[in-house]
Amino acid sequence: MALIQRSPMPGLGLSMGITLTMLSIVVLAPIGALLVQGAGFGLAGLWDTINRPRVWAALSLSFRLSLLAAAFNLFFGILLAWVLVRYRFPGRRLIDAAVDLPFALPTAVAGIALTALYAPNGAFGSLAREIGWKIAYGQWGIFIALVFVGLPFVARTVQPVIEEIDREVEEASATLGASRAYTLRRVIWPMLMPAALTGFALSLARAVGEYGSVIFIAGNIPLKTEIAPLLIVIQLEEFNYNGATAIGLAMLTISFALLLAINLIQIWSRRRIGHV
Amino acid sequence: MSDTTLPRPLSAVTEPRAIRLALIGLAVGGLILLVFAPLAVVFAEALAQGWLAALASLGNPDALAAIRLTLTVTAIAMPLNAAFGLAAAWFITRFDFRGKALLITLIDLPFSVSPVVAGLCIVLLFGANSALGGWLVANGHPIVFALPGIVLATLFVTFPFVARELIPVMIEQGRSEEEAALTLGASGWRVLFTVTLPNIRWALLYGVLLCTARAMGEFGAVAVVSGKIRGQTATMPITIEMLYNEYLSVAAFSMAGVLTMLALLTLLLKTALELRHADQLAATRRH
Repeated sequence: MALIQRSPMPGLGLSMGITLTMLSIVVLAPIGALLVQGAGFGLAGLWDTINRPRVWAALSLSFRLSLLAAAFNLFFGILLAWVLVRYRFPGRRLIDAAVDLPFALPTAVAGIALTALYAPNGAFGSLAREIGWKIAYGQWGIFIALVFVGLPFVARTVQPVIEEIDREVEEASATLGASRAYTLRRVIWPMLMPAALTGFALSLARAVGEYGSVIFIAGNIPLKTEIAPLLIVIQLEEFNYNGATAIGLAMLTISFALLLAINLIQIWSRRRIGHV
Repeated sequence: MSDTTLPRPLSAVTEPRAIRLALIGLAVGGLILLVFAPLAVVFAEALAQGWLAALASLGNPDALAAIRLTLTVTAIAMPLNAAFGLAAAWFITRFDFRGKALLITLIDLPFSVSPVVAGLCIVLLFGANSALGGWLVANGHPIVFALPGIVLATLFVTFPFVARELIPVMIEQGRSEEEAALTLGASGWRVLFTVTLPNIRWALLYGVLLCTARAMGEFGAVAVVSGKIRGQTATMPITIEMLYNEYLSVAAFSMAGVLTMLALLTLLLKTALELRHADQLAATRRH
């Protein structure tokens, strides 16, 4: 097969030119610069930069809380999708639209709004303080911000799958004597799982890289509530480009691993059920 | 989706009433805690000292400069992204070539890169410390800590939106209508404007809408490349951060209120598009 097959369609040169030029300038060249910079001081140099308690603390905090937030979103997203598709109640359309708000609301706005709510003198924060629960300026605050930014992913990947489920399958299962719980577990869940896992991975990837909504609510104490993206910003403000590059490369590698996982999940589920 | 198509719930294929109510309560309660309450707080904090204080804070010269900068960046990034999305979708769906899957993956790449890492990449490539950046600064064209860097960062984070929306729609529509127009002697541009664009206009609008919303609200990538010079390179989200850190709560939340209203408008338009033109959008089928 030729590299590009002949086609009667016009605009090959123009559309290919615009696509490849913009892709190179906007995405590939900047990412290439990071890789070149990182290659410049070698694996040992990178390892020395990353292998410090403050960096490990930031990376592990980012991952631990992102995993927890994505896990929460997995359950809450399936719940939301199920309720929105299967049940009828007043205000359903409003709830449906509200699920998308975290995609539309700028992260800095979300950050200061959540902080105002969950700070010790905020509406919810003061209630929590009564029972001795500190939310903002601690790990709980980071968790809530990460749940917010990842909220739509699972709900929006699972919702169309639930819409497509043939109710007759559930009826058949019930007729054959299965209890409702058994039907949900053995009939519905296997159909939802691939989409739910995709949403989980998307939510996780988003949470790991999230910066804007977290920094206001986190408290940002080194070794305790400092997330990895913030550490990059701090290194850059100190003009420590090597430090920023090393952490940036670590995060990029992890993001690519997540991207690969998402693709593998999709390939696997396509084989299993024919579509996503 | 419509309320009439659902059969009456049978006990065998739905949950008991108590469980249904509990699940609805959990969903609504969770969204109140996470979505509705923060929305209300933005406006409550902005209006804490009345309308006049909120409006006065937006009339401040630095605030006006921030609004102007955000609009400028969006006005540059949005058409560039739309043009790229259209070109990429045309190239990918109208021609057959090797490496198509790789190209699509590369276009999607910005979605899986942290915005802060994106900003870092742009600083490393175009910052005064790099060879290219040093040369550009010496010739009077600084990229980082200036408008071009902010535009580049915005382009990076919004890169896939339009292309991702157009590609599935154009694959589904196929090439036959365009081939027919070509056979009848239409020029390439005429085919684009009279055959292709009318078919994909709602999908294009949808992608542009998502791209615009993200462009106006981007924080992490812009925070790294902007240098945060008040009145010059501080966009609206950056200004919100600066005001908030100076404990100027009313001013910070007033500007946040403006962005929130724009976000709500985006949601409204998006929902309207999904309701009216669902059959012509990729998003309503894909996700």
